[in-house]
Amino acid sequence: MNAVPSELATYNFAYLDEQTKRMIRRTILKAIAIPGYQVPFASREMPMPYGWGTGGVQVTAAILGPEDVLKVIDQGADDTTNAVSIRAFFQKVANVAVTTKTREATIIQTRHRIPEEKLTAGQTLVYQVPIPEPLRFLEPRETETRKMHALEEYGLMHVKLYEDIARNGHIATTYSYPVKVEGRYVMSPSPTPKFDNPKMHMSEALQLFGAGREKRIYALPPFTDVVSLDFEDHPFEVQKFERPCALCGAENVYLDEVVLDDRGGRMFVCSDTDHCEDRRDHGHCGTMLAYGKAAAE
Amino acid sequence: MADTQIFSGAFAEPVLAAQSVFRTVMDCMARPGTIGTIAATARPPQPLGVAAGAVALTLCDHDTPVWLTPQLARSKLPGWLSFHTGAPITGEKHEARFAFVEKEAVLPGFALFSPGTQEYPDRSATLVVEVDSFEDGRPLKLSGPGIRDEAVIAPQGLPDTFVALAEANRAMFPRGVDLILVAGDRVLCLPRTTVIKNREA
Repeated sequence: MNAVPSELATYNFAYLDEQTKRMIRRTILKAIAIPGYQVPFASREMPMPYGWGTGGVQVTAAILGPEDVLKVIDQGADDTTNAVSIRAFFQKVANVAVTTKTREATIIQTRHRIPEEKLTAGQTLVYQVPIPEPLRFLEPRETETRKMHALEEYGLMHVKLYEDIARNGHIATTYSYPVKVEGRYVMSPSPTPKFDNPKMHMSEALQLFGAGREKRIYALPPFTDVVSLDFEDHPFEVQKFERPCALCGAENVYLDEVVLDDRGGRMFVCSDTDHCEDRRDHGHCGTMLAYGKAAAE
Repeated sequence: MADTQIFSGAFAEPVLAAQSVFRTVMDCMARPGTIGTIAATARPPQPLGVAAGAVALTLCDHDTPVWLTPQLARSKLPGWLSFHTGAPITGEKHEARFAFVEKEAVLPGFALFSPGTQEYPDRSATLVVEVDSFEDGRPLKLSGPGIRDEAVIAPQGLPDTFVALAEANRAMFPRGVDLILVAGDRVLCLPRTTVIKNREA
């Protein structure tokens, strides 16, 4: 779609009206001032259903300017439905420049991954969050969870992790693994794999979390202490993969399993598509990369 | 003549100016001690400065009661704020979501403003305080979220009691007020998480 200024005129810049943006902007400032605390906000109806990232979209719309370069990822990939449609949305309503390259982006909206490449000071990572309350599945009442956060009463979460160990011999939570922020608030990192938790700690980039249906925004300023909950005898560990990415040969990255046929054939590839492509462009080659870059073109 | 001051002086490009001012304030709030420059300035009635005016236009509206110092309350500012933002002016400090303090005014005690509640610490005031300059004042050492190791600022025009006020504010965490310091067209944020100490010479 060719976004020309005449098409833009039917919307306010970045879709939201100015009063909504001001409300979200005030919320973001308070969220930054209280790291890890979920600030309620008056989430709006967006032209996409809940569950498609309406919280992240509202946060992005409130911070986005004409000078920004936007990247949108869905489970690490730039080319899946959610990422493509949100990118197209902002091209249409804000005429903003977009990219798939992590290092070129100023704002990265993400669904459930943190890019493999280290984020830098000029960048803002916006998470789409389905359930912002880490205690919600342990205590369904908002009045109670709010009190638990107020009193810093997080024993229930440790009991849950302990029960994991009692049943499975290890902490079985692999995604949405709870973290403690600056020694105060227990926070859900959104359903990112726990592999990404260490990247939140002392990140150089500002991290903003938007939950549209649940009407909450929270934030991690840069250089904020983010600790994954654990026990002395069962320390926090990230997933390890037995083999490198089948396409680019990368190790110590998060891999997706791709089923190839109905006879048990499978491959493991980088979930971060930009990282994988970039490595292949630089000549890295995995065991199942069938063609060289030249042949593919 | 009086009306000109009230009806003019807002952003020339309200949408894009508000966005650019917000991004500067957001970046400064996320990195306490960093001095940002506000690109799109407003011309509020005297004695309020250009950056404070821009912050008001960017963040205030009918949902945010605003408290003004006695001198600002006597100026054309209440009319200007009311016309351009719709924000109600309140005389009660604890009701205010934003407070504006002009240069050389007496900085009111932070404890008089709403610090939010333990359940809702976000329902707290943000104080926009004008200082003479960000250079050559008494050096203050900052640490906390958003700061890699420590940052040093030297704002001129804060009262001697400032460090004690900030320490009492910090002690209430997660409750507390947040500060936006402005000098001319520059801005520096001190959220409640920032630990502020006098730097030993």
